[in-house]
Amino acid sequence: MTTLSAAEIRGRRQWPLPKLADPTAPLLEVRDLKTHFRLERGWVRAVDGVSFSLADGEALGLAGESGCGKTTTALSLVRLLPSNGRIRGGSVELFGIDLVPKSERAMLRYRWREISIVFQGAMNALNPVTRVADQIAEPIRQRLGQSDKTSKRRAAELLDLVGIPRKRLGAYPHELSGGMRQRAMIAMALACDPAIVIGDEPTTALDVMVQAQILLLLEQLRRDLGLSLILITHDLSVIAETCDRVLVMYAGRVAEEGPVDRVFREPRHPYTQKLLGAFPNIHADRRTLEVIPGQPPDLVDPPVGCRFAARCPFVMPVCTEVDPPEVRLEDGVRVACHLFPPSGDAA
Amino acid sequence: MSLRYLARRLMTAAITVFLIVVLNFVLFRMMPGSPERILLGRTPNVSGEVIQATRERWGLDKPLFPDQFVAYLASTVQGDLGFSFGGGSRGRPVTDVLLQRLGPTLLLFGLGEVLAIILGLALGAYSGWRRGGILDHVGNGLSLVLYSTPYFLLGMGLLIVFATGLGWFPTFGISTVGQSYAGPLDQLGDMAWHLALPLATVALGLVGQYSILMRSSIVETLSEDYVTTARAKGLTEGRVLRSHALPNALLPTVTLIAINLGYVVAGAITVEVVFNWPGLGTLTVNALSSRDYPVLQGVFLLLSVGVVLANLIADLMYGFLDPRVRT
Repeated sequence: MTTLSAAEIRGRRQWPLPKLADPTAPLLEVRDLKTHFRLERGWVRAVDGVSFSLADGEALGLAGESGCGKTTTALSLVRLLPSNGRIRGGSVELFGIDLVPKSERAMLRYRWREISIVFQGAMNALNPVTRVADQIAEPIRQRLGQSDKTSKRRAAELLDLVGIPRKRLGAYPHELSGGMRQRAMIAMALACDPAIVIGDEPTTALDVMVQAQILLLLEQLRRDLGLSLILITHDLSVIAETCDRVLVMYAGRVAEEGPVDRVFREPRHPYTQKLLGAFPNIHADRRTLEVIPGQPPDLVDPPVGCRFAARCPFVMPVCTEVDPPEVRLEDGVRVACHLFPPSGDAA
Repeated sequence: MSLRYLARRLMTAAITVFLIVVLNFVLFRMMPGSPERILLGRTPNVSGEVIQATRERWGLDKPLFPDQFVAYLASTVQGDLGFSFGGGSRGRPVTDVLLQRLGPTLLLFGLGEVLAIILGLALGAYSGWRRGGILDHVGNGLSLVLYSTPYFLLGMGLLIVFATGLGWFPTFGISTVGQSYAGPLDQLGDMAWHLALPLATVALGLVGQYSILMRSSIVETLSEDYVTTARAKGLTEGRVLRSHALPNALLPTVTLIAINLGYVVAGAITVEVVFNWPGLGTLTVNALSSRDYPVLQGVFLLLSVGVVLANLIADLMYGFLDPRVRT
């Protein structure tokens, strides 16, 4: 785990904090975020009231099945949404500055310099007609106003840092292997020395060995550079290995959130339990995996009450009538389920 | 760009040209009518000895292969394409006739292509970038109309409105008949005046398809992951477009441009005939009507070599633009 304090990490930055930044404020505080997508038949409530925070040097894993809103949540932080997507409520406070009301122009200041993203570099996230080193140097030149020479030198250093040999400096993306491309993508994300790096399924398209190398690299960089990490993945083992805390999402809402060891050892939310059960465990003698029957609800017109009610084995009458409140339990786990009423377990 | 890529492209081009030369030989030997009769004209009662002498004079008594073929190859390589059979150019070397007509065609279609490429790509890129905007709707509709209008219709429309109707431009030719010029600048002005309408026809006829292709190419490119990466870097929209979307979106248009250069012939014939432009198109029509086989043969050779060259240039440009094909 990181040994650097927040002040130390921020002191190493190459450029000052944004003007309005409050140095004592938490790094990232997301409150009641609502990101919806406009369709012909109405608004899809992809993210519908999500709150979480991220401390300096912390690694947070976002888990959940496809379409649960984990990627949308992360992309909402820098408002990198498709043209039909809009943040319709809540706040995203970075260093105490709310980014939601910022204009598109003002938003450019925060992208990559404060929050950068490691996309699935193994796929198509690198521009095929530009040299990898130039793509890494581009934000250094454009965003930090460095000279051509300085940017190129820094790009070479970054490639060194992520373990790409010097002689591949002039390579195009198609000349690199999937693992190398992912490394290059990571180097690119580090170009402006950001406070937060978001990993959007960074290991998904890679084979297991390369996947392990990439995770090791991310972990090492986080420790050495004092990064804060948000890791989006459907692979729970990745979160178990690399993250401090995990946030499990279901149908645009937070189901459960807390320290990784607590949530994985003692999942409270029935969805988390099912999700962990659906994951292969080499210590279990069971040969078949558990599946969660049914489908997530339609998010254009979500059902009243708990969104997992229709698939939940412990469903009660109250579940289809009242939204479950988010309850903070005494071991630091936050859960939104009627099995854990506000006054009961927390006492 | 690797030397191997260059060498391979050049090799392919050379082989293609050779095959064209062979085909050109075979095709015209299969045409009806005997060359010695055409050479002697319509003179009646020609004696057998004269015919025989003519055949010997031009080597027509020798077998087609190898003798005639080798002779044909040798003179083609030296730039000797024979003599014109008919029309106003009877007896003149085909090479001279072709060279004289090449200039006006290159001027008209070269300039037309360049104009269409610049306008079409710019319009398409902007429409795709601002998809759903006013310019997108207007531009797309206009592009479709222009794309589907044949050259001769477009040309005749322009002639009726701007030449015979408004009288702003001349109706035919490359220069005013019987005009004497005060200087070269004056002559150039007269040529530009004559060039305006045919040039507009060519450019407008081509601009539609370039703009339609570029638009769809940009729209597709803008949804690519690397464009999202570029946006995530906090680059301005303009820079995302210029440095990331455009270089990728241009790739398919290079292919279209190369293919189009091949169709210049078909376009040349109709546009040049409508405006009576003294280029290769009108030459082809005249040669066809007077059965001027050597000239036709020369035109075919010139045009097919032109297509091969255009493709070669497109290949090389593609290699320059896309690192993935440079191997």
